[in-house]
Formats: sequence, structure tokens, C-alpha cells
Amino acid sequence: MKKRVLQKLAAGALCLGLAAPTFAADTIKLGVAGAHSGDLASYGLPSVNAAKLVVEQINASGGIDGKMVELLIEDDVCKPEVATNTATKLISDGVNVVMGHICSGATKAALPIYNNAGVVVMSPSATNPELTQSGDYPNFYRTIASDDAQARTEVDFALNVLGLTKIAVIHDKGDYGKGLAEFAKAFLEKSGKAEVVLFEGVTPGAVDYSAVVQKIKRSGAEAVIFGGYHPEASKIITQMRKKRLDTIFISDDGVKDDTFIKVAGKYAEGVYATGPKDTSSNPLSKKAVEAHKAKFGTDPGAFYENAYSATLALLNAVDKAGSTEMAAVREALQNNDVETPVGTIHFDKMGDAVGVGFAMYQVKDGQYVEVK
Amino acid sequence: MFSLEQLKKSLLVSLWFAFLTFPLLVIKVDPIQRTVLWRWENMVLVAIGSFLVSLLVRVFNQHQERRRERRAAGGIAEREPLIQVILREPKYLYPLSAAVLLCSLIFPHLVSTYQTNILITALMYVMLGLGLNIVVGLAGLLDLGYVAFYAVGAYSYALLNYHFDVGFWMALPIGALLAAMFGVLLGFPVLRLRGDYLAIVTLGFGEIIRLILENWNEFSQGPSGISNIPRPGFFGVELSLESAILYLYYIMIAMVIFTIFVVNRLQDSRIGRAWVALREDEIACQAMGIDKRKTKLTAFALGATWAGMVGVIFAAKTTFINPASFTFLESAIILCIVVLGGMGSIFGVIVGALVLILLPEYLRALSDYRMLAFGAVLVTMMIFRPQGVVANIRRSYQFRANPDGEGQ
Amino acid sequence: MEYFIELFFSGLTRGAIYALIALGYTMVYGIIGLINFAHGEIYMIGAFTSFVVATVLSIYGFPLLSIILLAGLAAAVWSASYGYTVEKIAYRPLRHAPRLSALISAIGMSIFLQNYVLLAQSPDFQPFPELIPDFEFMEPFAHVVGSSDVVILLTTALVMVGLTLLIKFSRLGKAMRATAQDRTMAMLVGIDVNKIISMTFIIGSSLAAIGGMLIASHIGQINFFIGFIAGIKAFTAAVLGGIGSIPGAVLGGFVLGLTESFATGYVSSDYEDVFAFSLLVLILIFKPAGLLGREAAEKV
Repeated sequence: MKKRVLQKLAAGALCLGLAAPTFAADTIKLGVAGAHSGDLASYGLPSVNAAKLVVEQINASGGIDGKMVELLIEDDVCKPEVATNTATKLISDGVNVVMGHICSGATKAALPIYNNAGVVVMSPSATNPELTQSGDYPNFYRTIASDDAQARTEVDFALNVLGLTKIAVIHDKGDYGKGLAEFAKAFLEKSGKAEVVLFEGVTPGAVDYSAVVQKIKRSGAEAVIFGGYHPEASKIITQMRKKRLDTIFISDDGVKDDTFIKVAGKYAEGVYATGPKDTSSNPLSKKAVEAHKAKFGTDPGAFYENAYSATLALLNAVDKAGSTEMAAVREALQNNDVETPVGTIHFDKMGDAVGVGFAMYQVKDGQYVEVK
Repeated sequence: MFSLEQLKKSLLVSLWFAFLTFPLLVIKVDPIQRTVLWRWENMVLVAIGSFLVSLLVRVFNQHQERRRERRAAGGIAEREPLIQVILREPKYLYPLSAAVLLCSLIFPHLVSTYQTNILITALMYVMLGLGLNIVVGLAGLLDLGYVAFYAVGAYSYALLNYHFDVGFWMALPIGALLAAMFGVLLGFPVLRLRGDYLAIVTLGFGEIIRLILENWNEFSQGPSGISNIPRPGFFGVELSLESAILYLYYIMIAMVIFTIFVVNRLQDSRIGRAWVALREDEIACQAMGIDKRKTKLTAFALGATWAGMVGVIFAAKTTFINPASFTFLESAIILCIVVLGGMGSIFGVIVGALVLILLPEYLRALSDYRMLAFGAVLVTMMIFRPQGVVANIRRSYQFRANPDGEGQ
Repeated sequence: MEYFIELFFSGLTRGAIYALIALGYTMVYGIIGLINFAHGEIYMIGAFTSFVVATVLSIYGFPLLSIILLAGLAAAVWSASYGYTVEKIAYRPLRHAPRLSALISAIGMSIFLQNYVLLAQSPDFQPFPELIPDFEFMEPFAHVVGSSDVVILLTTALVMVGLTLLIKFSRLGKAMRATAQDRTMAMLVGIDVNKIISMTFIIGSSLAAIGGMLIASHIGQINFFIGFIAGIKAFTAAVLGGIGSIPGAVLGGFVLGLTESFATGYVSSDYEDVFAFSLLVLILIFKPAGLLGREAAEKV
């Protein structure tokens, strides 16, 4: 009897032993975390490509201080509870700096874990204002402007350029969309120039939105400010136009995506959306896009340039600091300018990039064109 | 080894699947560039794959059939599976549980924090599964909105901590109590409903809770969620991340043991017997003088209590919660744990939770195909073992005649 | 008043789609007592098939009418085949197993089919070709009710009438009703029960496919996830009307669609689903078997 138990124990110990972590040689480990599968994969996968390209380039020119950069790519499906597992996995694997996560919720859940391990994190796409403005996450940086800056751009455009007075604010009840819509509403009310005639959330994935569209019509709004992603936006705009409603549609960078124009087709014409400032004339940006086409054969996807810039900025800071210590990297990020596809940037104390901002775009002939 | 007939049938199956997958797997259109891509290679793959699988299943079935026949002919009784013997006999069960316990105690010291972290998640689902097992497995009430109570627990800790600085250990019983109250709240209106009507109402209840959390910003901070929820405190000592995870792991082990103990005692108690009786036959149950209302409500309340507790632990573990974590899919997964493991069986639920939670985590290597495989595993498991991995066999007493004719 | 009419028509259109899907749930439930969780996915596959076929045909320059007919036919045929296969693989072996095992099998099938389409096609939203043009004579009413709404309502009405006639008068319909009433008895009087069950799945799936095609062309987009929410809503509609009852599913669909539409219009779309589910709970409290469901007498 005893013997059998011992056998079981020995077998158990053996299989546990196999799972022990291994430590690699002397490299700089760059973690890339975000949604790489599931329904939000299209937001996360471009960042993986960007990281691969930058790292390849740096390693080809001899690495950083002679150390090669190694990529650790982990999926978090944009879910907070998975993101904590992803973060601990990366830390167990000895990650030095992390480019990611993609979604704000997942980022918020993962940051304390990285902070504890002294790892600096830079996101290409997490736009929640709290991430930098609350001061709770000293290890967090990003190469994209925050939601309130975006809402500000939208509202200023609606009030000052278009001169509107009655506006409906619609959102998708999500973390990103609702946050943005609330900022927009607050800015509109504070300005005193325009009235918010409707503030509503739509259910993502609902069969149709015609009831909401009728409600927008009844509210007499001159424009809709929509906070959310392109699937809902294209559904709403299609149904609005089909119901012969030509209200102006202003939205965010979740909508400033070519998929929106593809899906909404002719109904997308004339839609306004904010997006990162146009950088296509920047030589580095051209180079980055070319590199993507050469290696993967396709146009890069959402947040590609932000991810490319984040990777460059992080590795540059590690190079300048000469270490991966959190304090040294932070210092380097704040004090050194770095040339990236989104422009020459450095970071402020809170973690936001100085030099990136939003511009307004409009769909013209099936393409987003910057509104001057 | 294969007859011509079998080959022919499998060929038909493979043709059928080639037809079935034709529009989605072969054609790929680009509506913008207006191009069509014909991926004929996929059709060939599907045909070959389905042919082989179909042959394999046929051979397997034949094998099973023969074994059954042989058994029937030889009059050999079905041998009791090893696992049932172990579960029944204390002389095997106790040392084995002790070994498993010992193993799990030293486990985190052998592996990385990541592995420990995943195991904590798995243990949380063990508890959730055991809690739902009370409602579904024992009392036979199909609950598709179990995640609502989980959310109640998580939010009660997060909000109490946010507003009143309530600590983890205080929040644990409060969360459990609140969840139990919600359990009763849900229980009352649905007492008269049965079977699948109950299922859809509980599903609706789960959705309502999530939608309220999502829309009522003043109360729950809406979809952006609540962050910076503290991990469990250890007598006021500030713990590093590794030790905090380790600490949480041991808390979970203790909680799971506690749960197993309680559920085991419940099963054998008066109320446990009443649940099982209610599951088997409601009318006979009432005729026997069992208070149907009280029995059902206790099942809901006790099941919810566990979800509430795990909710508190969940909030403490991720330190960030938002309503997106409490969708219907979560309820479905917990239900899968209970059914896949073996309804009503404690050991089965533990196995089910470990399999279903660890599987996708270790299937990460399959990346894109992960959820596809997960779905396929669920279906296959149910087809080949509909009663679950570890079936719950009710205690029965048998009299066997001895060769010398005396009863034993 | 105009606002009311507008909301009424939005609700009707939505309700018609719910009803088309709910029929599949209710028929399957009536006959084998299983909540077919994969039914929403069948609806999605129908929509996707019609998307692929319609796009291919339009690229090759077929005229619009033939595109509509062929895409609809393809959607119905393939959805029916998927429904048939799903039943055969995932439910038939479990017919005598515990009821919950079949439910889990259905959930597994739903996850599988979703990811199958995700991998086979694309995770992104795709633009669905506009199959229903704006009719000239509808122009004066276009701001209230669009051409595609009218087409959806007419098709649904036609399908309902056809289905009712089929169930009421055809041999198949009689056999289906008999099987739903008592499977063993039906077998004894010589009905091939397996065949009838397969037929139920085939009919239910093709109805869902038609619903899928209509709605996808109405809103102009499609992806692999559309079946999930539509499926849950349609299931709610089926229960609301009394699961197992065919007129009940239709009534339930319309009641649910209208409730959601009016809740959005007069209260807030923030809580549209809360209204829908609360209505369900309320109705079930007062009529535990749904609006048109018959309360089965308890046999002892």
C-alpha cells in the first residue's frame, strides 16, 4: 500500500519537475502582449508585426550594447483576467520591458504586476485617461493620446468648425466608447455653445439599430458624436442613411479604420473621424510601412505605427539608460527625444507622449482625408 | 481489417463533408477588390481528414460492440472502474488525498509564478463548479446565470473596498452573504418554473445584472471597471507579487478543502437528500412532506454563496474588474465543468475544472485553433462519455450469493 | 404618432427575424426537448453562405434577381445540411443520455462552428451586398419604413403561412406532431422517428438561414459572431411564446421585438435588454408555460 503511494508521489514529482522554468542567455527580453486571437485580434496582431520588424532591424545592426533583443509574444485576448496571467507569464520568463497591452481594461489589470517586478510598459493603443492621469501606474507609457484629448478634438471641431448647436452623443456601452462619449458630453455641456439632445448607449451586436436611429431623428440633432468601434458605427450610419437621415456623423479612431469604409461602403462618405495626426509624409513612417509590405505582403493594420514607435522608443531608452532598471528607463524615456514614425517624441512625467495628438479626418471618395 | 462496406460508407461521409464545407472553406471572396479565391486544397484536406476520422470512429464502435457482445455472451459483469473503487474505499482514498494535498502544497515551489497563477484560476473554477453542482447536480435546477452571483461577489468586494476601505477577509463573508441574498431573490419568482423555463430566466437574470453594472455608472463605474483592488492582506504585511500569489494559492487550497468538506457533508445531510429527491421526482417529494419552496431556495442560496466567495477572490486576484468578465459564456463554461466532470460527483467536478481551465491555457500552442479544439473536445467528450468523466454512482447495497449459498 | 409608427415598424422587422430563428428552437425543442444552442450559429452560417454566394455571383455579373434567389437557395440548402449534420454528430448519440449532456454538446458545437467560420473566412466584419434595392414606390415612406423592412415582413409572413400549412395538413407535418406528442408511440405506429427529427432540423435550419440572409442584407454587414446574440434573443422569444408551440414562437418574436423597440424609443436603449428579460420573467411568473404554451398536466 505504502509503496503505491510512494510511486504516485514520485511520478507526480517527476511531472512537476518538467515544468520548471529555464533561464536563457544574456539577452534583452521584449514582451509583446495584446489580443492576438479572438474577435479583437485585428487590433493586436499589427503590433506583433511591428515589434518583429523593429527587433529584426536592431539585431541586424548588432543589438543593444552587444546584447540581442529577444521577443516574448503573449496573447491576452483583451480580457483583464487573462491579462494578469499573461503578465505573470512574461515576468516568469524574465521579461525586461513590455510593449502592450492593446486594450485599456487588460492593461489596467496587468500594470500592477509589471510595476511590482520593475518592468516598464508602453502601450500603442490603450487610451483610457486614468492610465496616465491617475498617477497609479508609474511604469506606464503610451504612444497614443488619451481619450479626453480625442473627445476634445471632436467637440472643438463640432463647435468651432461646423458651428453646431444640437448634438446627440451615442456610445457602445464599452470601456472605450462610453468613456469617450462621457468626455464629449462633459465638454459640450461646459462649453455652453451646444446642447446635448440625446445621450444613449447601443447594445453591440444587436440585430439592428433602427429604433435608436428613429430616436436620433426625433431628437432633432444636427450631428451624432459616436464613441465606439467601427462595426457598430457602420451599422448605425447605414441605417441612418437608409432612413433618409443625413445627420452629420463624427466619431473616433476606433472608426478611423479602413474596415469601416469597406463595410459601410457608400454610406461612409462624409463621415468625420478623429485619428492620430497624419504621419504619412514622415520618412520613418514610410519606411515602416514599406518594411511591412516587404515582409508580410500586406498593408499594416490598426495601431501599427504606434506599435512601431513604442518598440523603437522602448529599446532606445534601454540603450540610452544602459540598463533595464525601471528608474533608469523612465529617466531615459523622459529626457531623450526619439525619432519614430509618429514623429519626434519624448514622454512627460505622467507617461503620455509629447508630440502625438489627434487630427480630424473625413471620408472622401472612399478614403480618409485629413480636414485642414 | 476494414470491410468494403465500411470503406464505402466512410467515402460517402468524406464526400458529404467536402460538400458541406465547400462554400465557407473553399471560396474566399474579397468584396472590395471583387476577387474570388478558390482554395481547393482545403476541400482535399477536409475529404481526407473526414474519411480517416470516420473510419476510426467505425473501427472504434465495432470494437466496443464486440467487447459488449463478448461480455454478454460470457456473462461477465461490467468491471467497476478503478476510480470508483478508490473513491469508495477509505483505505485507498485517504492516503491518496493526502498525497495529492502534499503535492499541491509543494507544487508552487517547483514551478514558476505563472504556473501557480494559472492553478489559482483553476482552483477558483473548482469552487465555482462545486457551488453550481449544488444547484444543477444535486437539486437538478438548470441555472444558466450563475455568473451573476460571481459578479455580485466581485463587485461587493471592489465597491466596499473603494468606498469604505473594507479588507479582503471582511469582504469574503459579506460577498458570500450578498450573493446568497441575490440567490433567494432570483429563487422566489422562478419557484414555479421548471426545466428549461428556469434556464432562460436565470440566463436573463445573469444578463440583467451585467447590464446594470455596465450602465449604472454612478454605482459601479460602468464599463471602465474598478481598478487597484488590493490583494488579500497578510496581517498588515506588505507582500511582494510572488509572495502575494503564493499566499493566494494557499488561501485557495484551504478554501477548496473547506468547500469539498462542506459540500460532502451537505450531500449526506437531510437537505442534501431532499435536493436529490427533488431532482428525481418533485411530486413524490412533496408527497413525502418535503417543503419544495424551502428546499429549492436553499439550493439557490447555497450555490450562490460559493459564487459570491469566489467573486471576492477573483477581484482580489486580478485587482481589476469590469462587467466584461461576467458574460453568459462564463456561465456556460462553469456549467460545462459540472456536466463534463460528472454531475453530482465532487471528484468529477474537480477533474472537470482542471481540464477545462488548464486545457485552453496549455492549448495556447495551438493559438488560433484553440477555441476550435475546445468546442470539439466538449462535443467529443459528451458523445463518448455522456455521464461525465467521473460518473456519480449512488451508494447501493448488493447482496451476492456465496458459492455455499449463504447471503453475504 | 409618426414616431410611434416608426418604432412599431422597427420592432416588427426585428421581431420578424427573431421569429424566423425562434421557429427552429421551438420545433427542435418540441420534438426532442433539447435547447439547440448551436441554432444561432446555423443562422450565422446561413447568412455567411449567402454572403459568399451573392458576392461571387455579383462578381461574375449575374442579374440581381437571380443573385437573390440563388443566394437564398444556397443559404437554405447549406444551413439545412449543417443542421442535419450537427444533429447526427452531436445530438443523436446523446438521445438517451442525460438531458444536460446534450446541452453541453450543443454549447460545444456552437463554439466550434463559430471558430470554424472565423478561421475559414475572416475575423473582420464583411460588407454584405445590398440585395434588396430601394423601390421607387416606397420612396415617400422611406423615412418610416424601408424597402428591406417590407421585404423582410412579407417573406416572414409567407414563410409562416407555408409552415403552418405544412405542419397542419401534410403527411410530414402530421408525423412531426405525432413525434412531438409521444416519440415512443409514434415509433409504434410506424413513423420513422429519426427521419422526422432530421427533417425538423432541416426545416428549422433553412428558416434561420433565410432570416440570416434577410437581416444581413438589411444592415449590410456580417461577421462570425452575429449568431450568438440573435440566438439568445430568439430563444428568449421562443420561451416567451411557449416553447414547443409554433404560433407561440412567432408571437414571442414579435412581442420581444416590439418591446425592445418601444423600450429604446420611449425609455433608453441602455436598458433595452433589461426590459426584454424583465418582460420574460414577468410573463413566466403569471403564465409559467409562456404565452401560448400549454401547461402539461403532471402525470404521476
